[in-house]
Amino acid sequence: MEEDAIKVSPTSTELAEATPSGPEPPWRRRPLEAYAELALEWLIRLCGVSAILFVFGIFFFVFREGAGMLFGKLDLLRFLFTKEWYPTSLSNVRYGVLALIIGTGSVTVLAMAIAVPFGLGAAIFVSEFCSGRVKETLKIVIELLAAIPSVVWGFIGISVMNPLIQELFDASIGLNVLNGALLLALMSVPIMVSIGEDALKAVPDSHREAALALGSTRWQTIYRVLLPSAKNGLLAAVLLGVGRAVGETMAVLMATGHSLNIPRSVLDPVRTLTATIAAELGEASVGSDHYQVLFVIGILLFTITFFVNLAADLVVKGIKKQ
Amino acid sequence: MVSGLVSASAPPPKIEVSGLELYYGKKRAIHGISFEVKAHEIFAVIGPAQSGKSSLLRCLNRTIEFVPGAQIRGKIAVDGQDTARVKNVFELRRRIGMVAPLPVGLPLSIHDNVAFAPRAAGLRDPKKLEELVERCLRQAALWDEVKDRLHSLGTKLSGGQQQRLTIARALSHRPEILCLDEFSIAIDPVTTMRIEDVLKELRREMTIVLVTNLVQQARRLADRTLFLWNGEVVECDRNDVIFSEKPGNRKTYEYVNGTFG
Repeated sequence: MEEDAIKVSPTSTELAEATPSGPEPPWRRRPLEAYAELALEWLIRLCGVSAILFVFGIFFFVFREGAGMLFGKLDLLRFLFTKEWYPTSLSNVRYGVLALIIGTGSVTVLAMAIAVPFGLGAAIFVSEFCSGRVKETLKIVIELLAAIPSVVWGFIGISVMNPLIQELFDASIGLNVLNGALLLALMSVPIMVSIGEDALKAVPDSHREAALALGSTRWQTIYRVLLPSAKNGLLAAVLLGVGRAVGETMAVLMATGHSLNIPRSVLDPVRTLTATIAAELGEASVGSDHYQVLFVIGILLFTITFFVNLAADLVVKGIKKQ
Repeated sequence: MVSGLVSASAPPPKIEVSGLELYYGKKRAIHGISFEVKAHEIFAVIGPAQSGKSSLLRCLNRTIEFVPGAQIRGKIAVDGQDTARVKNVFELRRRIGMVAPLPVGLPLSIHDNVAFAPRAAGLRDPKKLEELVERCLRQAALWDEVKDRLHSLGTKLSGGQQQRLTIARALSHRPEILCLDEFSIAIDPVTTMRIEDVLKELRREMTIVLVTNLVQQARRLADRTLFLWNGEVVECDRNDVIFSEKPGNRKTYEYVNGTFG
């Protein structure tokens, strides 16, 4: 069909029309496929661009809600560096999120300290030491772990870990940094394992074989060849874990005790940025100072994850330059 | 079938393969082959694709163990020692240098690529490592081209340079046997000739097993040649017999003269 259209010789009128205008001669009529092709291309382009649109859309919305406070009444230094959070006080309203930042930070750091070695270790085990049925079973089970809703993790935090931590560490309360961090670690390990395993799988077998042929042991092969080759992917795995830990709300709300406090040990209860938003937004009247401050906290969370990703990007680029 | 085996009074063979069979699952890739490689000779293995040449090399250094479903029967002995009974397989692999068909630059610097095996074997002294790296790179005829950028990534070299890098790397653990698997597949004829010259030098220090698709390369370099066909030995003999007008098997004549295959 298309060929026919091309082979048809142009009539004189068509030629006269064609020469001055347009890069496309009119006798090459566009068949339907060409339009379908074009439509598909634009559809795919839209899919690609939509991610950017959504991110900016969300950012714009959150920013708009919090802007009044952010550029108006709120003293940013006091907001960031004092720990008094009394948004509903009748006499003296104070908005200080230092304790919340430290709460989020402590839970995240501890969770990563547990999850990174476990996650990467499990990824290495699944990718390098398992084969066949064991590997498939392990992967399915690990992916199942990722599918557990965070509220259910919260249940486990309250009903299983709480008494366990009280007993084991002789703590006065089991809902604390340690509890939240353990839950977050358990939640982020599956993501790290699946992404880390993909990264390791992407290392060509010829590298493994070359290293082994040079007489390196399995551990030396992993340490000197596989980890350096896969480091970008592994870093991505860790960062997705961090992202999950910083952003996770329900499980930490239930398991960290939700008490405003700068922790002195991992056995102290804390309160996180996300949990504060979740717990208070429903009670704050729309448009009030309190409501707006909660959105400013949202902006803060946004900024934190932005910088984590930026840092990761720079690290990856730094690695590539070497 | 196997003619021209070494006579009993000759020095003991470096590598002795007897009745070697290799299965990938149920499929038999090598059908019970036997041959010997003498010390300090260049031993070529020729044959068309799928004839088991590369698998044979993998059997030698026991990297075949990492292929799922691969099973070996028969015996391979290096210096009279059965490789299947070697306790320290890493030690065995260090005695055998291996050069793959496509150069595999490990994602490390040029220096670290060559220093990989010595480090794996426990050499830490940076000065000794540097000397070793220089010696190996010189042996592989690469030193002059890379001496100013030893710490840039090995994977950024050109194909021919990378191949010489892998040869330097294979030499770094002072192997007694150097196995090359179609090393010239990715490099130009001039570089190939340079490496061939290197190999002629190296034979004084080690035994060389050369798997090649280029019949002429086997003719140029080897002392003896093994002709594999579908996992079976067609003929294994001195080059002046294999490449003569009357080799032991008619198939050999046809193959090396290009009338078939």
